[in-house]
Order: sequence, then structure tokens, then C-alpha cells
Amino acid sequence: MTDKKPKNSASSHASFLLTTFYSKKMSFEVPSDLEKEIDERITHYPVSKRSAVLPVLHALQHHFGFLSEDAVEWTAAKLELEPIKVLEVVTFYPGFRQEAPGKYHIRVCRTLSCAMAGSYELMESICEKTGIDRSGVTHHNPIAVSPDGKFSIEFAECLASCGSGPVCLVEDDFHEAVSDVDSLLSQYP
Amino acid sequence: MSEEKTDLLDVQIDGVWHKFPKGTRMIEACKQAGVEVPHYCYHPKLTSPGNCRMCLVEMGMPPRPAPGAEPAEPDEDGHLPISWMPRPVIACANTIGPNMGIKTTGPLTEGCREGVMELLLANHPLDCPICDQAGECSLQEFSVEHGKGESRFREQKVKKPKNVEVGPRIRLDDERCIMCSRCVRFTDEIADDPVLGFTDRGSHTVLTVYPGRELANNYSMNTVDICPVGALTSNDFRFQMRVWFMKETNTIDVNCATGANTTVFTRQGKIYRITPRQNNDVNSDWMPDSHRLNFHWIESEARLTEPLVLDGDHHRPATWSEALTKSADKLSALKGSEIAVIASARMTNEELLITNRLVKHLDAGHVDTVPRIEENDGYLIAADRNPNTNGVKLILGLDDPGSQLDAIREGIEQGRIKGLIVLQENLVGDAGFSGELLGKLDFLLTTYPLANPTADLADVVLPGACWAEKSGTMINVTGRLQRLNKVVDGPGATLEPWEIVRDLIQATGGGNGIYAATDLFKQLAEQVSEFSGISWEQIGDLGLPLIETGETIPLIEREKERIASGLVVG
Ligand code: SF4
Ligand code: FES
Ligand code: FES
Repeated sequence: MTDKKPKNSASSHASFLLTTFYSKKMSFEVPSDLEKEIDERITHYPVSKRSAVLPVLHALQHHFGFLSEDAVEWTAAKLELEPIKVLEVVTFYPGFRQEAPGKYHIRVCRTLSCAMAGSYELMESICEKTGIDRSGVTHHNPIAVSPDGKFSIEFAECLASCGSGPVCLVEDDFHEAVSDVDSLLSQYP
Repeated sequence: MSEEKTDLLDVQIDGVWHKFPKGTRMIEACKQAGVEVPHYCYHPKLTSPGNCRMCLVEMGMPPRPAPGAEPAEPDEDGHLPISWMPRPVIACANTIGPNMGIKTTGPLTEGCREGVMELLLANHPLDCPICDQAGECSLQEFSVEHGKGESRFREQKVKKPKNVEVGPRIRLDDERCIMCSRCVRFTDEIADDPVLGFTDRGSHTVLTVYPGRELANNYSMNTVDICPVGALTSNDFRFQMRVWFMKETNTIDVNCATGANTTVFTRQGKIYRITPRQNNDVNSDWMPDSHRLNFHWIESEARLTEPLVLDGDHHRPATWSEALTKSADKLSALKGSEIAVIASARMTNEELLITNRLVKHLDAGHVDTVPRIEENDGYLIAADRNPNTNGVKLILGLDDPGSQLDAIREGIEQGRIKGLIVLQENLVGDAGFSGELLGKLDFLLTTYPLANPTADLADVVLPGACWAEKSGTMINVTGRLQRLNKVVDGPGATLEPWEIVRDLIQATGGGNGIYAATDLFKQLAEQVSEFSGISWEQIGDLGLPLIETGETIPLIEREKERIASGLVVG
């Protein structure tokens, strides 16, 4: 790997979309059972390892909660790709996070049906009750985290339950027609 | 050419039937028929991702007969009727088919172009007045030719990074980028330095250099040339000169034996930029950054602009005739065996021919040139950093240029060589001659564009034109004869080296009668068998193969493979 000291130029550019790419640098180690699982997933793509980039990133995000610079480079090395090719994929899908989420990550649907059923009110209410401040949210960093790190939240597009809005996902749990935010949050200690 | 390429297919383009080899891309067929299909992402030297959609055209094939129906009858020319497809196809990545029809005009194609242009311009900053690309921008050109002239976009434009230093020589304006990916493909496929990519998505997509990396390889500036818009600009050229003010001269690069074909852009005698010019046998469409930027010294303070003669312990300006008379006096006091001539493999064939005449006229005991052998870079830069070593071998008859230098040094050391004529070289700087050694000479004459340590010691210093200020021919590493064309006039009293040598021969009592470098070329054709039958005009802008050297240019060999495999058009 070449010298990774950020160059003025490149990092000022990168900062536009990867605000904390460098500051989030921490020790990165993929546990051996995770690596074994990843290696197995790669075998599903015998023609081109590059095709395994999504499953590998999913596995890493599932484990670490988000995809750090190290995760990008680890994936690139694993799949024998240039890191930029992995970064392209990471930034393409809103489902991949470059920022650490809270212990429980919430996605509130804001597509038409849910929006009409009150998803913006739901978002506001969850933020109020968890102390999450969304004022710093941007297109490039859509996630906001509560001060205690317990919850993080972002808007998502249609979660495919349009008839029972407002709908949200907490981690992998689906919640429909959410009206009582307190009881929703109390399920997550 | 492979067998199948010789299969010709009938294709109708805008109502006229043509024949093209099977495998021809639709866009290339149109080009050969004189019809330009506007395009952004397509570049014949790169793979075709078909992502910009600017090249959409209407396409049709002979109708497939319904079950049981009779197939259509060909007309008297043997062409079947065409049934046009209701949706357009991209002309860049699709190849022609038998009896295919292509329509590059008409409501469908025109509507597509208008639509693509409108979307490309929706988020574009429209800052042509301050953009370097203005005047040579495909976006500008196609917008005029194929755009709607107005936009229905009333929303806020997306803000993107501007003035980003993506590398030491290049700046990026992401708002101008149209995501054609030419630069990405160039760095991937040609320069083997894939640091560029697109991050984010949709209208937020930005060209990004991977954090912590930079676009710094020695071929990086080719991305500026192929960027169809003003997104990638050269630090060296930006804001220096409007492109429509500049004059373009075709010539060749002289920084190594490859002799990349170039276009030099000038205004009022000043060079502003050099870009590669396509020659598929020499440099494809590319050239190294180090070579294209090596021209600022031409305007250096250190340029020699008039002849100088040593007067006591300092140099004073002299007229040409004084300097030449002084040289002739000094030289006539010496025997031929006491004179050595060191010429340069940076000289043209014409200059070498007349140098050879000088050597014979003076009956000089030694002649050689200064070799410059380094590493081949594996792309375009030849190991031989002299542009015309093959000319030296052929015309001066030196089998191993540089092999005489030791003998010349020894001769000077031992006092056997008393007079030295150095043509377009700096011996102290480039050939390991010491000032002390040169001090032993009775007479030292040098010609060179710049002041230099060898000239400091010379009795006579003559200002020789540099590569941009002279015309002639050179033979590149593969044995190709190429033309160097005069781009600008030399400063002050500078003369082209062949003129200096001619005047020197005349001053020492030899003949004259040569008025142009082309006269010398005629003599070359008469005197050197390899050149026989070749005329100056015949060499043209792309040169012609002259001798077999057995050498190849690595990037060109790789390109041939890519073409043969059908990956790129070439
Ligand atoms: S910077 Fe230029 S060459 Fe690169 S993708 Fe953008 S428009 Fe194309
Ligand atoms: S709109 Fe919310 S689930 Fe479809
Ligand atoms: S030129 Fe871009 S799609 Fe054909």
C-alpha cells in the first residue's frame, strides 16, 4: 500500500464526502470466524472476485456497524481491487454507513405513503425522546446519533409496507403504524 | 487484418448505402461516411462503457418475416428494406450488422440529443467565460449543435467540490464533470494507476481521487486532453491563454528516441502548451507529462541570443561574421588531426549531414556524439533519451555513438587534440568533461541554446536554435523517419544549427549554396542510401518507416493487443 498520509489536496476533496474518514481511524481487525465466513462468500463468485464486494461489505458492516477506511482497504486487498473501486460501492449505496451508528440503528420510512401517515412527526418524536440532534445531517452523512450513543437514526425510502405507515426499522425489527414512541424505544434496553 | 474484417457489410447511413468491414462500430462507420455522431464517453483507445448516451441514433434491420410469410425481396441493388426500431441505440458500443440502417437525424435522434444535453446541463455551472476548456469543449459544441438552447430546470443546482488538486499537475472542477469516465478508464487501462473513481450516486456523483492518493503518474496530463469538458485542467496551462487565440503547429517530441507526435500551441512567438497528436505507430494519443512540460526553459533568462567571443578573460557580444572569422582563423592554424567535433544526437538528420561535411572539410581527426541511455519506462519513454541516435548512426556513420569520447578526452589531455567544436551539447554538464580538461584546448567553439559551463570556457559561443525553432527530420527508436517543424522563431540573432555549420564551412573556405533545411533533405536522399527516393512532403505529419531497428514501444505493443482482442477500436 502506498503512503497513506493525507495529502492536502486529496483530503480536502475527500472531506467533502468523507468528513471523518481519517479521524475515525482505529485499530481494525477482522476476527478469524468472520474472515472465514467472508472467504466462503467469495467462493460464490468464481468468475470475478469483484462481484463479491457487496456481500463482503455487508458482512463487515454487520460486524462493525459501519465501514471505516480500514474496512474499505481490507476489502480491496481481499478482493484484489484498488481501494477506489470499493469506495465507489460504499458511497453508492445509502445502506452502507461510513459513520459509526448507535447501539440501535433506526430507519424511518419517508416515502409518500408513510410521509402522509406521519413519518416526519415520528422522526421528530424519536429524536426528541432520544436527544438526537439531526441539524448536522447532510446528504453525505445522513446519520445522527444520540448523545449517549444508544440510538442512531436516519430516513429511509420505502420499506415495502406502505399500507401501514408510518413504518420504521430498528436494527432488523420491523415496526408498523408506529404511534407510541415510548413503548417502541422501551423494547431496546 | 484478420480474415473476418475483410467481410464487408452493407450499411445505410442517413439514406446512403456504404460498405464497412464486419465488426466496425456504428459510430466509426458514421465517421467514415463523414457523419459525426456526438459523443462524450466513447474514446477509440479506451473501452466503451456506453454511459453518456449522447451517441443515441435510430437503427433498423431487415424485417423478420412473420411465420409462413415470404422474406422481403431485395431491391435492384441487393438491399433489403429496413424496419426501424422504435427505440434508439448507442452508436459507440454497438457494431454494424448486415443491411443495417442508421439515422443520425430525424425526431427520434434529435429528441434524444436534446434530452441528454438538457440533463447534462441541469447541474452544470455554465461558467464558460472563466473556463479554460471554452473553445474546445464538447459540452459547449454539442450544446450549440444539439441542445435545446434553454433549460426547464428551475431547482437548485447540486454543489460539488471545485478547484481540487487531484495531483501535482491537475485540478478538478467536479461541477463541470459530466461523468463520462474517460479519465477513470485512462488511469485504469493505460496508465495502470487506478486512483480515480466515482463516489456517491445520481446527481450527487463526483469524480474522486482515493483519499490519501493522488493522480501523479507521469501520464496524468493525458486525462486533461481527453476530458471532454473543463473538469480536469492543467495547472501549467490554466488561465494562460484562450485556445482560439493560439496557432497550432504539428511537430515531434525530442525528449527521447520515441519522438511522440505533438501539437504545439503558440501565440505571438510564445509556446503555451504541448499536447500529444495521434500516431498509432509512435505514441497512440498520449505523451508523458515530463516531456510535454519541458518547454518553459525556451524562454529562460539563460538563453544565448547573440554570438559571444572570448576577449581576455570575459565574453563579449560579437556579430556573426566576427565570431565566424575568429573561429576560421583559429581553426586554420590547426591540423585536421588536432581537431575534434562533438555533435549531438539531438540534431536533425539535415544538421548531421552538414556536420558530416564540416568534419570532412576540416579533415577532423575525431567525431562523436553524447549518448543518453537511461531506463525505458515501460510506456512511451525510450531508454535512449536522445531523439536521433539512429540518424547519428546512419549519417555520421558512428556505430557506437559515445565510444570515441574517451579517446577525445585522452587526446586533449595529451595535447594531441587542440581544437574542439561542440555542436548543441554541454560537455561539462552532460558528458563528464572537466573544465580543467577543456582549459587545455587552444580553441573551443560551442553552439547551444542556453548559457552553460562548457560555453563559459569557450573561445567562441554561438547561439543555436532549440528544437522548437528549427525544422528537419529525425529517426525514432523504431526506425521511423519523422518531421520536426519549426514552431517559433529563435530569439535575437539565434540561427538554426545547420545554418551555423554551413557558415562555419564557408568561413573556413568551403562551399555554400544551401538555403533551406529542405535542400539538405534532398541531398540526404541523394547521398544516404536509406533515404533514397524519399521526398520531404512524403514524410508528412505521421512520418514513415525508414529502417528496421527491431525495437518496439511497449505501450504501442499493448495497444495492438487490445485492438486485436476487440477491446478497443484503436
Ligand atoms: S473529469 Fe472529465 S474525463 Fe473525467 S469523468 Fe469527468 S468529464 Fe469525464
Ligand atoms: S412508503 Fe413507507 S413503506 Fe412504502
Ligand atoms: S458515446 Fe457515450 S454512450 Fe456512446
